[in-house]
Amino acid sequence: MRRVISILLENEAGALSRVAGLFSARGYNIESLTVAPTDDPTLSRMTLVTSGSDAILEQITKQLNKLVDVVKLMDLTDGGHIQRELMLVKVQAVGASREEVKRLVDIFRGHIIDVTESVYTIEMTGDSEKLDAFLEALQVTEIIEVVRSGISGIGRGERALHV
Amino acid sequence: MELTGADIIVRCLRDEGIEYIFGYPGGAALHIYDALYKQEDVKHVLVRHEQGATHAADGYARATGKPGVVLVTSGPGVTNTITGIATAYMDSIPMVVISAQVPTHLIGDDAFQEVDAVGITRPCVKHNFLVKDVRDLASTIKKAFYIAASGRPGPVVVDVPKDVTANKTEYIYPQNLVMRSYSPVTKGHPKQIRRAVGLLCEAKRPMIYSGGGIVLSESSDKLTEFVRLMGFPCTNTLMGLGAFPASDPLFVGMLGMHGTYEANMAMHECDVLLALGARFDDRITGELKKFCPHATIIHVDIDPSSIGKNVPVEIPIVGDAGVVLQDMIRTVKNGGPQPNPDNIADWWKQIEVWRSVDSLSFDRDSDLIKPQLVIEKLCELTGGDAFVTSDVGQHQMWAAQHYKFDVPRRWINSGGLGTMGFGLPAAMGVQLAHPDSTVACVTGEASIIMCIQELSTCKQYDLPIKVINLNNRYMGMVRQWQEFFYDRRYSHSYMDALPDFVALAESFGHLGVRVEKPGDVDGALRDALKSDRLVFMDFITDQTENVYPMIAAGKGHHEMHLNPGTGEKAQERELA
Repeated sequence: MRRVISILLENEAGALSRVAGLFSARGYNIESLTVAPTDDPTLSRMTLVTSGSDAILEQITKQLNKLVDVVKLMDLTDGGHIQRELMLVKVQAVGASREEVKRLVDIFRGHIIDVTESVYTIEMTGDSEKLDAFLEALQVTEIIEVVRSGISGIGRGERALHV
Repeated sequence: MELTGADIIVRCLRDEGIEYIFGYPGGAALHIYDALYKQEDVKHVLVRHEQGATHAADGYARATGKPGVVLVTSGPGVTNTITGIATAYMDSIPMVVISAQVPTHLIGDDAFQEVDAVGITRPCVKHNFLVKDVRDLASTIKKAFYIAASGRPGPVVVDVPKDVTANKTEYIYPQNLVMRSYSPVTKGHPKQIRRAVGLLCEAKRPMIYSGGGIVLSESSDKLTEFVRLMGFPCTNTLMGLGAFPASDPLFVGMLGMHGTYEANMAMHECDVLLALGARFDDRITGELKKFCPHATIIHVDIDPSSIGKNVPVEIPIVGDAGVVLQDMIRTVKNGGPQPNPDNIADWWKQIEVWRSVDSLSFDRDSDLIKPQLVIEKLCELTGGDAFVTSDVGQHQMWAAQHYKFDVPRRWINSGGLGTMGFGLPAAMGVQLAHPDSTVACVTGEASIIMCIQELSTCKQYDLPIKVINLNNRYMGMVRQWQEFFYDRRYSHSYMDALPDFVALAESFGHLGVRVEKPGDVDGALRDALKSDRLVFMDFITDQTENVYPMIAAGKGHHEMHLNPGTGEKAQERELA
């Protein structure tokens, strides 16, 4: 089962490698991992996407909680939540596909953020499925480069993770 | 007044009440060693290899309950500690390792004797720190001791660059510490505790399985009180020996791969299992699919991640084993559910039948020295009250089976990591902590070689350890597996060209004795125990002796190999 875990951890050198090291040492999957400081500069917020059986997921949560740098965590997939991912895509934009790509970007509510005579650089935000769908649609031209941030997540409504 | 980082480290150790530290100097650590030289509160023990320092600190911690402290230099000083740190980590031993580091401006430059200490120790520590600013030094050391000794204990590394040990700041050692990211739960959930007691009181075939957590939480008295209150059978893991008195009739011996017949059979047949401060290690459970097939399991542990990790648990209780046991005792005594001896009378009859198989028996008429006999004699001559350290292998299992520990912290061995070479340096830490007690190191000729250099440390500090070398000229446990599972192909388990251990011990300035006949065992041990010096006893033992019972890979608790004599007896009893 796929799970999105949100983690508040001390913004200390090495905190990220403790989390990454835990996953490699115990053979757990990491699908994606994003991390950056929060409004409180002493805290970092991490969104981690993983998968496994119920027993493994229970261990992942417990082992993460056991790390001394981890302040709190929440399995976002336990309840209502929002996931967003940022993607930057560089594509060939020449001839007929130049117009087509622009239309696609509009349909997917993205932005073209850099332009040359032959290349568009596109910014797209959404859940991971939308980004996948957009890449699928981009078959009309040649994709030069794709950069995805991995997802960031937050609980819906009153559901919050804070100190 | 402003102090240098080096002086601050030493002051922190003093204010933490540290009596001994174990270490080895080197370039990056020189400021700290200079600070040590100028004071007398903290005594430094100079080992001969950094691995020895970690094992000695570990032995000290296991024998006292206080954190062991290690001081090493950068680079190879740190890498040599890894085995010792991993040993402490696996057995949840409180330890603080202070490692010197190259100066901050050289970090990352591949400088002389530089290694990423925080990175290389990360997978085998509870936590670690790199201190980049002298103003953070005292508070970091405070945190290190707090983390090492609280919750589920473990080793903590503090890496201190050389320039930080030279820089100065005001010294303030924090008195109290609150960490928002770390606050172990000690009190168990009252409802769960009541449910657990209720279930235990209704059990027809209850079993109590307790581990190293009882020793670590100093709750041996509470365990003993609870077990006697309930009248239930109790088994200890290898790490928990001594937590419940071996001489108590309620004790059924150690369980697991080399556990007694009665303990393992009782595990297999029990209907309610109470696990206390134990972690269902693979050497305990055997094949998980066959583990405790009839039991409802209650698991008490301070580490939530230990609960439900290997075995599904019906009643999980997160908390300190001692605090939870106290609450369980109170529940029974204050009119809660009551144990009923009639419920378990048949269970005890069955256990006594298993016990009568006498699964630890061995040939007492042999012309060769049986290793079990040496341990039995040692136990008898020391009144079961010596501190016994061990290395890893057959001798370790025989010591665990045949030395009857009645109190905790007497049995000191590397259970989780299984570190050969642990015994002798660990014994140094124990002997320093308990200068007037008998400390015996039960070892084998393969293990002792791994840290033999520490005989030199023993001489420098006059440590009168009694080394009991059960010398069978084989890596016995490897040989046993090869005999059982590899058609007796003894691949590289035999050592040719072993040293003359008597001469070796004497060259280090100790007494050496070789014992070759069963009739000489008693006298040799008596003489050694009377001596105020280190005595290295080289017992030439039966090379073919195996450790029984044994649960082979893939087998359940009820599928033990018994030694040929008791195997027949077990069959007869079962049929009767």
